Amino acid sequence: MLSQAESVLNGQVTLRVALAGQPNVGKSTVFNWLTGLNQHVGNWPGKTIEQKTGFCHCDGAVIHLVDLPGTYSLTANSLEEIIARDYIIQERPDVVVVIVNAASLERNLYLVAELLSLPSRVVVGLNMVDVAAEEGMAVEPQVLEAALGVPVVPMVATKNQGVRTLIETACRLARNELPYRPNVPQIRDDHRRVLAEIRALIADMVPEPYPSDWVALKLLEGDPEITAMMHERLALAGRWDQVHDILKAHEDAVLAVASGRYAWVERMVRAAVRRPRAGQITFTERLDRWATHPLWGLGLLAAILGIVYWLTFTVGAPLQGWLEQYVVGGLAQLASRWLTNGPAWLQGLVVNGVIGGAGTVITFLPILMIFFAMLALLEDIGYMARAAYVMDRFMHLVGLHGKSFLPLFLGFGCNVPAVIGTRIIDSQRARLLTILLAPLVPCAGRMTVVAFITPLFFGRMATLVAWGIVTTTLLLLAVLGVLINRWVLGGERVAFIMELPLYHRPNRRTIFLQVWQNSLEFLKKAGSLILAMSVVIWVLSTLPHGEMETSYLAQVGKALAPVGALMGLDWRLVVALLTSFVAKENSIATMGILLGAGQGAVGLQEALTQILTPAAALAFLVVQTLFIPCVATVAAIRQETRSWKWTAFSIGLLGTVSVAAGIGVYQVMRIV
Amino acid sequence: MESAKITQNGVRLSSVPPSETVRIQKLEGGHTFVSRLASLGFTPGTPLRVIRNFGHGPLIVHVRDTRVALGRGEADKIWVEEVTGEQNG
Repeated sequence: MLSQAESVLNGQVTLRVALAGQPNVGKSTVFNWLTGLNQHVGNWPGKTIEQKTGFCHCDGAVIHLVDLPGTYSLTANSLEEIIARDYIIQERPDVVVVIVNAASLERNLYLVAELLSLPSRVVVGLNMVDVAAEEGMAVEPQVLEAALGVPVVPMVATKNQGVRTLIETACRLARNELPYRPNVPQIRDDHRRVLAEIRALIADMVPEPYPSDWVALKLLEGDPEITAMMHERLALAGRWDQVHDILKAHEDAVLAVASGRYAWVERMVRAAVRRPRAGQITFTERLDRWATHPLWGLGLLAAILGIVYWLTFTVGAPLQGWLEQYVVGGLAQLASRWLTNGPAWLQGLVVNGVIGGAGTVITFLPILMIFFAMLALLEDIGYMARAAYVMDRFMHLVGLHGKSFLPLFLGFGCNVPAVIGTRIIDSQRARLLTILLAPLVPCAGRMTVVAFITPLFFGRMATLVAWGIVTTTLLLLAVLGVLINRWVLGGERVAFIMELPLYHRPNRRTIFLQVWQNSLEFLKKAGSLILAMSVVIWVLSTLPHGEMETSYLAQVGKALAPVGALMGLDWRLVVALLTSFVAKENSIATMGILLGAGQGAVGLQEALTQILTPAAALAFLVVQTLFIPCVATVAAIRQETRSWKWTAFSIGLLGTVSVAAGIGVYQVMRIV
Repeated sequence: MESAKITQNGVRLSSVPPSETVRIQKLEGGHTFVSRLASLGFTPGTPLRVIRNFGHGPLIVHVRDTRVALGRGEADKIWVEEVTGEQNG
């Protein structure tokens, strides 16, 4: 990624600046002001974690910015922390800009304490001074600067105040134009001797570019990654046992080291921070009385979700219809007119295969964008953590915690934003589990099929049957959640420790950029996969004779007929299930074609009642509700997990579960 | 839950009623858990105020100017003691 930036810059002076900070400090707002659309969103090499890079200009220099993942510390407790510190140690940026939240300075300076022990120079961006003032706190930047010995720039990133000064300060520091005498935190007295001992033992064994003092400290802290690295090297020299004995005798050192850093932090803030009088009730506190109440909190959440759905259906759905009719339909007309003289197969391929597939991608966009915008807004104002808190006790039952609720709930609209929405979950394991469970939430597409078929067979009981199908599916989600967690991901629930940030005004720019980037990524990554798979399915359902009845897909359906028979379904309904892979509501269209097309919905309904018993109809509905996720969801799963293995696991799991459930339902219903 | 008594040995954080201020005594649990809590500011001796605790479900506590939601299982592993001396919010 560096070479890419450097080739753009061609001979100009370039500086490399890394942006660090804890979560909820407005770091991405700062990054967005500095880079605007000059940013690139990708992933850290080999990781599922998003990496943002970009550039900006300052005093004739080009600054290459890397947005490090938000982390509370630099100990290897999470992938984010490893990525952040590895970047600083191995890439040695000229300056590390660390954004801190003035309203919770004590906890924020803990990260600064860790950063000062690393080789790069540090500038502190003292953000959210306005939020701190609202909470009755005041921070004096000059006092803090004098104590820390590094530049401190006060700012309000949401209003673009101080952001420019921040990057100019970083630039001047890199050019040695500013004094830099960092007050590096020292270890607590009672552990000084043991640290010196470890340092002496490992000094000549620490690999480049790791600073050996830092490695000694991380060993004492019991950092798993550094311990593994040094174990290997010291074992070769026969010195590991000696080091290991020392570490063993000081197993509690992790708390001593952390307490030491916090003691340093307390000295730094003592003079610089003025706190509110005791007993003063702040805005966040007042709002949280409602938002985190076990009853009113649920009510508030329900109201917010209601608004999200109302927006989707009043704005998103008509827009979707409009796109389908005019953009996709218009394109299809244009293409068929162009190709009238060409071979029929080409016309079919372009109009039904390619434009049909592209249509799926495009018509997803309005709904996705609404969901992305709502997610970004709720996250930005700080509400998301409250929703997670309120839902935690329920999600607990499934082995998940509160943060998984929102993405899963979005699944009722569409599984695609549900899968992409799991990005708000900070634990990788919980995120993977949520992605695997998301396709079990019955989406609007599947409910269309349920709504079409239930009245035919169950009359006045239709609503009850539909409700039963949804409930069963959600129960299955809970059971599979427990099982996958236990048997596939290895038990142990992720600890629920979550910061509740102070509420603050949303920033339009942050939300806009997030919607823009997420949509762009969906179009680029998932879009191409959806298009390719749609074309393949179209080809399979058309070749070799141009008719679905005799196509390869029909042959597959006939081959699977014995399995279908166990569910009371003939090959035509099996094919209908297979085509639901492109889009869930497709199964209706396929049945229309195979059961004697052209007679419209009424004809299809009659034909269905003739070939299906109520037991078979119920089995069909259960299978199609649980069936393998649609191509767009599969593409999203692949995009988010970055793993074909987990994508295949998801398809295999749902394929097996759905068929098993279908057979079970049919066999039981037949007896009853 | 009601029988929470603050003894010399301390009590589990999960049994402390809302709006009470206590001091962290010790942390139980695995290395990763302790390390995560420590970096968030849950170090022995630190004052902590309970904001939400309904006797079931997760808690909300206030520590080092930060509101933190903790699962009940996590709060069970944090031992706290009564704050002696001056009252501190």
